[in-house]
Amino acid sequence: MVHIATLCGMGFGTSMMLKLFLDEILKQEGISARIDPWDLGSFKGQQADLVVAPIDMEDHLRSFEGKVVLIKNLVDKKEIKEKVLAALKDE
Amino acid sequence: MTGNKQGRATLGLKMIVTGSALQAGVMVQSWQEAVDRAGGLLLKSGLILPGYIEAMKNAIYDMGPYMVIAPGIVLLHARPEEGVIKTCLALITLAQPVNFGHSENDPVDLVFAMGAVDKDAHLLALQQLAEMLGDPTKVSHIRAAGSGEELFSLLVS
Repeated sequence: MVHIATLCGMGFGTSMMLKLFLDEILKQEGISARIDPWDLGSFKGQQADLVVAPIDMEDHLRSFEGKVVLIKNLVDKKEIKEKVLAALKDE
Repeated sequence: MTGNKQGRATLGLKMIVTGSALQAGVMVQSWQEAVDRAGGLLLKSGLILPGYIEAMKNAIYDMGPYMVIAPGIVLLHARPEEGVIKTCLALITLAQPVNFGHSENDPVDLVFAMGAVDKDAHLLALQQLAEMLGDPTKVSHIRAAGSGEELFSLLVS
């Protein structure tokens, strides 16, 4: 199972929105994944196969060694789907 | 780690949007003033404590304007313990857009301010809002709305 972390500053808004969309997208694609929303502070030191975050969080994610997908438009399912599926394909 | 429970009843947009927290064509000079005005509607409606407005600004000072979630749209919020009385959502549309300093999505003319009481109660409303904002036709109707009443019917329909 793929482990995906969605990130935002507090873990209530943006990361939750990303999780809700990704749950739907990955279910449609038949991909089994665990998706956890995190706030930036708590995520430090955690592991995930893939991190999905808003584009302006890039600077905060430089120390994360795993794969990161950055989303410009967080309500655009097409952008989220294309970027995340492309990243998962490389796994 | 954040919670992941979906079992508890969550509130839809209809349950958290009140007419007193919606305003169209608001004039502001800066993003800080936009936060004040959107947060001010929640404060006046008795849905948040005064400190929550400052907390929403501090979130942007501390972590950057990542809450500008889509072109022209910001979804402001802070943490429940920073002064949310009831799960709530305000929306102001701006007469003149302002910049939040986002790398892609400035300038902003739709300012949402959300208050969550925990990790779960606002999830259905958040999902409905995200679906709505992903629909360009709906978004253009929200931008074109001339009053709080119009915004109300767009958000709850």
